[in-house]
Amino acid sequence: MGMYTDKRKRTHTPEGYELLTHSSGDIQYDFGWHCGPYWSKFLGEMRDNKRFMAVKCPECGTVYVPPRQCCGKCFVDMNEWVEVGPEGSLEGFTVVRFPYIDPNNGQMKKVPYTAIWVTLDGSDTRYLHFCNEPDEMKLDVGMRLRAVWAEKRIGTVHDVEYFEVMK
Amino acid sequence: MGNRVGIIGVGQTHHAAKRLDASGVELIAEAVTRALDDAELTIDDIDAIVVGNMDHFENINYVDTWAVDGLGAFMKPVFKVTTGGTTGTTVGACGYYQAASGLFDIVLAVGWEKNSESDTQAAIATCANPILERDSFAGAIGPLATEYSMYMKAFGATEEDAAIVAARDRNNALNNPYAHSRQQVTVEDVMKSPMLSYPIKFLDMCPRSDGACAVIFANEKAARKLCPEPAWVHASVVRHDYTHFGDLEWKFMPTLERASAAAYKLAGITKPLEEFDVAELYLPASTCGVKWMDSLWFCEHGEAPDLIRKGTFEMDGQLPINPSGGVISTNPIGATALIRVAEGAWQIMGKSGDRQVEGASLALCTGFGGCSWSDVMILGADLP
Repeated sequence: MGMYTDKRKRTHTPEGYELLTHSSGDIQYDFGWHCGPYWSKFLGEMRDNKRFMAVKCPECGTVYVPPRQCCGKCFVDMNEWVEVGPEGSLEGFTVVRFPYIDPNNGQMKKVPYTAIWVTLDGSDTRYLHFCNEPDEMKLDVGMRLRAVWAEKRIGTVHDVEYFEVMK
Repeated sequence: MGNRVGIIGVGQTHHAAKRLDASGVELIAEAVTRALDDAELTIDDIDAIVVGNMDHFENINYVDTWAVDGLGAFMKPVFKVTTGGTTGTTVGACGYYQAASGLFDIVLAVGWEKNSESDTQAAIATCANPILERDSFAGAIGPLATEYSMYMKAFGATEEDAAIVAARDRNNALNNPYAHSRQQVTVEDVMKSPMLSYPIKFLDMCPRSDGACAVIFANEKAARKLCPEPAWVHASVVRHDYTHFGDLEWKFMPTLERASAAAYKLAGITKPLEEFDVAELYLPASTCGVKWMDSLWFCEHGEAPDLIRKGTFEMDGQLPINPSGGVISTNPIGATALIRVAEGAWQIMGKSGDRQVEGASLALCTGFGGCSWSDVMILGADLP
């Protein structure tokens, strides 16, 4: 069956037909994701009150951002809400420079941008967001950060515009 | 405890950025045929089949149905398994489980991907929660870059340490005729390559490939009868801990620590750096080839850079890692982790050609899925 031939560089079939690619065309494929009560409250509090609300595990005491119903480690319900942030510490960062398709909208992602993990004061997990500092040489793990709230808030993670380095 | 199982044959395609010469099902047939030939079997000898890839990379669902012919699965039990980056090792684990259960004698495990058919980073980014996390992190590279920023700060590791790993794996690929990317590079070349996402540069990062891999697992009786030197499965362990990216401890790799510790216990290994002869590790970026060495119990947290700088993991070092060139040389994602198992099996069977580690009798194979879970499989020449 010719299974052991290295055919990687072929551009045509043995009969001379060009090897074809069939394009999907411009597919649009919409979803509606349900936030549930925990994330609806989390996003609603950011929109209406400019604050971060977390939940605390009654067993291990871990304070989770984002909040959720169940502690993965203890497998128990969490119902104690605590306010955390809006300041925190930079745990890790990257400055993304390569372009790729944003799966949220099908457009090319605008680069560079700085993605961060920030531990909001009073919480035990890291919150994913953006920093407005595009120069990696000006960022250092452990720096103090502060949330900058968007003027127009609609109940998404972008209700925080970005985190800025505190002077 | 399941029955003993050995790998009796493996096959893989010639991997490339784009395999325009073969459709997905034809790639699968290429790997399956080569595995059957390697084991000197025919498709009639196969009792059950496990296959895996990530549907959303090609946007063609249910490979377990549309690739029945290329899989040799006609009128046979076939299951699909998909676990992200670990798909290949999970397919392998399921092949092992099925043979070890006693319900099937000979099981074929297949992983494949045609990454060239879509935008891989966009597809990977769909693993992140769309409401809270998908916007800010860039496919596989973002979290891997960020974790290394933390490791560098915590332990004084450098970008050069990662570049040493990148040069090692890329130069090893020169000995592997199946590898996608085969180029001689220096540490300086890696450091000078374009920055993708600080601190990960172009030559630090895996490519996206088209390719497939097939591994044949057999129970002890069949393995002894059919294969002079099977690669016996000494342990197969899977560990997950992800809920949200931000929940994870990123200064080390908890799932890899737990999975490898459990696998070493099953295999009776107490000094992994000394006892293993070869390792084929799923290192999606060279930075992981620094940080994750801690989590495989080769050293204490933060000591990996010293081992890297001493050449511990080079082909002539104490424990050669990725003689095949590893993931940064070849990455058809649904097959990538199974290629680790296949390459480990070939090392044990003495079939690795120019990349053979002489006399290899104990091999460590891993799979990684983001973010951030781990599979570990240990293969040996001796019966477990």
